[in-house]
Amino acid sequence: MTDKTIRKVLLLGSGALKIGEAGEFDYSGSQALKALREEGIETVLINPNIATVQTSEGIADKIYFLPVTPAFVEKVIEKERPQGIFLSFGGQTALNCGVELYRSGFLERSGVRVLGTPVKSIIDTEDRDLFVRRLDEIGVKTIRSHAAASLEEALAAADQVGYPVILRAAYALGGLGSGFCDNRQELEAAAAKAFAFSPQVLVEKSLKGWKEIEYEVVRDCHNNCITVCNMENFDPLGIHTGESIVVAPSQTLTNDEFHFLRKKAIDIVRHLGIVGECNVQYAFSPDGEDYRVIEVNARLSRSSALASKATGYPLAFVAAKLGLGYGLHELKNSVTQTTPAFFEPALDYVVCKIPRWDLAKFKGVSREIGSSMKSVGEVMAIGRTFEEAIQKGLRMIGQGANGFVCNKPYKVEDLDWALRHPTDTRIFAIAAAFESGYDVERIHALTHIDRWFLDKLYNLETTYRELEACPSLAAVGRGLFLKAKRQGFSDIQIARVFHCPEAEARERRLRLGIRPCIKQIDTLAAEFPSATNYLYLTYNGTKNDIIPSYGSRTVIVLGSGAYRIGSSVEFDWCGVSAVNTFRRKGWQAVMINYNPETVSTDYDSCDRLYFDELSFETVLEVCAVERPFGVVVSVGGQIPNNLALPLQRSGINILGTSAEDIDRAEDRNKFSSIVDRLGIDQPRWQELTTMADIERFVEDVGFPVLVRPSYVLSGAAMNVCYSEADLHTFLEMAVEVSAEHPVVISSFIQRSKEFEFDAVADQGRIVAHAISEHIEYAGVHSGDATIQFPPQKLYCVTAARIRRVAAAIAAELHITGPFNIQFLAHQGQVKVIECNLRASRSFPFVSKILKLNFVDLAVRCMLGEHPEPSAIDAFELPYVGVKASQFSFSRLGHADPVLGVDMASTGEVGCIGDTFDEALLKAMLSVGHRIPGGAVLISSGNALQKADMLPACQLLHAKGFTLYASRGTCRYLNENGVSALPVRFPDEHGAEPSALELIRDHRVDLVINIPKNFTHGELTNGYRIRRAAIDFNVPLITNSRLATAYIRAFCTLEPDGLPVKAWDEYR
Amino acid sequence: MKRKKATLLLQDGREFSGWSFGYDGLSEGEIVFSTAMVGYPESLTDPSYSGQILCVSYPLVGNYGIPEEEPDVQGLCTRFESERIHVRGLVIADYSEKYSHWSATKSLSQWMQEQQIPGICGIDTRALVQLLRDEGAKLGAIVPEGCPAPASFPDPNLENQVAIVSCREVTHYGSGPKRVVLVDCGVKHQIIRCLVARGIEVVRVPWDYDFNTLEWDGLFVSNGPGNPALCEVTVDHLRKALEGDKPVFGICMGNQLLSRAAGGRTYKLKYGHRSHNQPVRLVGTERCFITSQNHGFAVDTSTLGPDWEPLFVNMNDGTNEGIRHKTKPFFSAQFHPEASSGPVDTEFLFDEFIAKL
Repeated sequence: MTDKTIRKVLLLGSGALKIGEAGEFDYSGSQALKALREEGIETVLINPNIATVQTSEGIADKIYFLPVTPAFVEKVIEKERPQGIFLSFGGQTALNCGVELYRSGFLERSGVRVLGTPVKSIIDTEDRDLFVRRLDEIGVKTIRSHAAASLEEALAAADQVGYPVILRAAYALGGLGSGFCDNRQELEAAAAKAFAFSPQVLVEKSLKGWKEIEYEVVRDCHNNCITVCNMENFDPLGIHTGESIVVAPSQTLTNDEFHFLRKKAIDIVRHLGIVGECNVQYAFSPDGEDYRVIEVNARLSRSSALASKATGYPLAFVAAKLGLGYGLHELKNSVTQTTPAFFEPALDYVVCKIPRWDLAKFKGVSREIGSSMKSVGEVMAIGRTFEEAIQKGLRMIGQGANGFVCNKPYKVEDLDWALRHPTDTRIFAIAAAFESGYDVERIHALTHIDRWFLDKLYNLETTYRELEACPSLAAVGRGLFLKAKRQGFSDIQIARVFHCPEAEARERRLRLGIRPCIKQIDTLAAEFPSATNYLYLTYNGTKNDIIPSYGSRTVIVLGSGAYRIGSSVEFDWCGVSAVNTFRRKGWQAVMINYNPETVSTDYDSCDRLYFDELSFETVLEVCAVERPFGVVVSVGGQIPNNLALPLQRSGINILGTSAEDIDRAEDRNKFSSIVDRLGIDQPRWQELTTMADIERFVEDVGFPVLVRPSYVLSGAAMNVCYSEADLHTFLEMAVEVSAEHPVVISSFIQRSKEFEFDAVADQGRIVAHAISEHIEYAGVHSGDATIQFPPQKLYCVTAARIRRVAAAIAAELHITGPFNIQFLAHQGQVKVIECNLRASRSFPFVSKILKLNFVDLAVRCMLGEHPEPSAIDAFELPYVGVKASQFSFSRLGHADPVLGVDMASTGEVGCIGDTFDEALLKAMLSVGHRIPGGAVLISSGNALQKADMLPACQLLHAKGFTLYASRGTCRYLNENGVSALPVRFPDEHGAEPSALELIRDHRVDLVINIPKNFTHGELTNGYRIRRAAIDFNVPLITNSRLATAYIRAFCTLEPDGLPVKAWDEYR
Repeated sequence: MKRKKATLLLQDGREFSGWSFGYDGLSEGEIVFSTAMVGYPESLTDPSYSGQILCVSYPLVGNYGIPEEEPDVQGLCTRFESERIHVRGLVIADYSEKYSHWSATKSLSQWMQEQQIPGICGIDTRALVQLLRDEGAKLGAIVPEGCPAPASFPDPNLENQVAIVSCREVTHYGSGPKRVVLVDCGVKHQIIRCLVARGIEVVRVPWDYDFNTLEWDGLFVSNGPGNPALCEVTVDHLRKALEGDKPVFGICMGNQLLSRAAGGRTYKLKYGHRSHNQPVRLVGTERCFITSQNHGFAVDTSTLGPDWEPLFVNMNDGTNEGIRHKTKPFFSAQFHPEASSGPVDTEFLFDEFIAKL
């Protein structure tokens, strides 16, 4: 029986996407909100992540775009007076916030009940000491872990358990601050960092090389318990499960092992008193039946989102219902609708999750992966052989691989080293090792990866060789071709073997009559009939599970693939919005996407979901079955956008702007000549192939220049060069310049403002638009910039010019649907820097601020509805939205946390305020800033930047802050009437306090370090200060415009007095 | 490795083509499917599969090979559920040529060769499961290339499979203050292990043995293959035992035979329950359990005598999962509390039985 006194429930979201806490919580939160809504319960959501689906209209009744921190949550509770609160759907952020509210007694005082797992159980799982004690009570083995509150205690503990040890920080998400230490020195370094995040560290015996197995367990208040899924890591213990390739179900466990661990998991969950969902992670010895419990997550997690997608069991939805007091037997299996939710899914396929890293974007970061997360996203591939699943997955991660084999040569100096030391590319080192004649045994000895996985990978190498042995494509018989397809070889892979275009491989395949089958994910391995729309493609089958009804009008919306830096939850919102509009208009909407962290891959959100590749081959095969009216390529970011032309050439109707026009915007040369012809200004640029040409061009346009190489050897892909020396260093060290790999050089205008123009057009006529303004000057990637909308400092004349230029481009490219143009504005002149005929990153932000869904409007344009142009004038809005970026530098050891032309942020928030200052302050607090209490450390770059910072420093001074400054900055400030204390740089000597020590000892609460320019310096003083701020968890700002705005905001506003208003109260 | 082609032939003439593995020969039987994802060594040696060709819906099979059997001092298997493979043939999608496990000494294919059990891989097992689900269990054959197709498909359910797999003589296991007679209808060794582990003496007798002539504290009726209607001899013996008050516990076939002795009717399910994820509910409570199951027949509870009531019910399809006597210590489960393979959540039923002795 459920508790009928619960009429209103508060749900905490997870905030901005960051490494270790990403889109999975949008999915779980959305599911939970849906479950509550179904019960007629009023829902209140706090989540500053404005790009999420859960913060869209119609999901929660009240949405607060506010930081998920105790101070703000308390105010919302006081205002909304909910009876219950859910802590388990917003990741570690929500959990930590909830535990604080519980400990302070606030929840009890305000009469708010924690629904689902009691906080006490949460604390039992979070505090390692308590955790071990609780599991000891039922004789469950844990990794012998020694809590230490000081370095001395940590060292003593390590001596006791013996090196190697693993060091973990308590209460940290995604293994933050943890690492392996082989000796005393490594432990000292790691402990210093971990203590910055947590008052407690844990020293444990390392179990490197053991298998890592997870179970997802669900328990109701009647003590009924099920395990929804188990998963096995491809990579052995030692690599964080978020960094590991993971398969479900487990592959190398016998029945006894599987059920031994399953039973333990259930015992644990019952003993801890979990109500809802819980994840149990094991280390399992490969040569016996010994085990240790690694950890228990008493909340929805990345793994639970994966398990939901892997099995079709809606864990978050069910967990929310259980939190209300339902029993598992009282709920229906939402796939079959006839059988109960009390059951354990049976899979008749295998899934493979592969993390997506973007380490190449960061200079200085180590490519090695380990016990702390670095990946920014993940993909899930489904197949009926392991080979099929992993090859699909390796393509899905979108880093140029065609699969396990048939890739660009993997260049490595020392293959043994590459196998022994896991990196983001180790799987390709394994492929290279096979190619070099290593056998499974040798690779196993180096990697400890189970031989079963390696044998399966070796099958791929074998098939590759069999294909290669064929004299021509035409000589590949049906048997071999089918075998390759059943092992997940794509048409491109096969084409690559024979150096022919994909089309030829495809044609041969069709001639041999080899087509994929469509299979359902139905939770019960076909034991019961089900009408599920959750589908995947496999070449391991002879029968399609579904026959779509062609009588209906069907459209296919292409999703956005793996989250990565630059393409994230915002495109999921766009995809889901598009699907919603199509469905509302009576169309059958089909989604193709493969990212398990998304709402778009929730089979509830569309008419049919193909959890599969966004490749030409797969999309065409889906089209062959679905026979859609058209395909939408413009709401999923760049991946579907790139498919526009090939799909159109294959006779697929592209909805909205034509593929040719998309290409005219995408092709730099074509677009440039259009812009020239329309008389629109753009920064001068040229595509060049030799150093001599580059020098000649630079001589002409002058420094600084923006350099965009097409082939990067190391470090960031784009760079601004300020001098001859810069240019040469960059081009010689990091970039290949050749006819094959041209470099694009453009003139770079300093101190120029940047504007985003997001819009929707109907047959070339703009029907809605939003101009938003970067706070930072151009030079900070638009994905990293802090953005205000409506713009606060935009001249009327500039606004008019921007609109005029955009209108001309929209007309010229016959745009129907979403598009985005980036503008530079400098001294009244506007220049176009980029134009994408698709939805952009800022679409959800401007849509939600304007309360006008741009994607909805775009879809209506695509459908030929010719909607009336929007009459909303953004300049009349009585409130302001600010979008701020979330960085995950603390996860990316050694990376220089400086902002530049290449994007580095992993997520964003969007907050609303009555004033710009208020919105900015809320946004900054939402991305982890803490308003400084007493002291600020400033080093402010060159003379101009010092002058830029002066007014802010005067404000700080006036408010009584202690200012520490680098010698030069200090002198400048003192000369200008701001008293500041000098500090010495890492390489300076003197009596002044050391900047690094101030940071390490937390004697400053904010570090402002303005790099002199955008070149990525080596180990400079600035780098060491910035890095220290990150490593010791002191807020850092590296941009003078943002620093100034932020300082002004917290100096003029009373942070405790910030108004707490729901989205719908801004009118 | 080059594999020989093979065909899975259904009695109605439909065919699935794949590749032969295991023993190179003909296999005939009733094709049934299981959705279990682990436990092929246990399933293959489960006597309840006697007469059947097993289709495993989970596509990857053979991953962890086959361990060497090491019978315990009492002669009970420790790795398998009986001394030999009982399925007549195995139908799977993707056979793992290479296996990986510390306990494995041979591949699944080698083991099946040794025991002369044919297998076929490369089959769209999901399509086959759907066919069996929609049309019911079917007779069929695995026909390797070069092997003549069978002319007819004898129905194993017309044969008394229990008589085939039951022991021939009385055997004693374990020791303890209490003695339980175990009626072997094709008992899985894990059941004997579960009983012996609880400190009792087990007397295993053939299915048609009149155990009423023996002295015992409790009676256990085991699992077994095929149609319970063919075991009237056992039912007659049971009826007599039920006149007394000593505890009786049955599993699977044991549930069906006990039900028949209690006046109930049994019937053939369309395609049976064979999986590790069957939800059952303890009637009249909120307690639910995930169970391991393997049966093709079920009890019609509406036909039970007035002294009997359902104990467990299947939450998927409402079929009977166990019965109990309203006053006497007689009860049974249609599922497998001994698991092996499958979840071990209902092993407590053995404790309840022992407690009643």
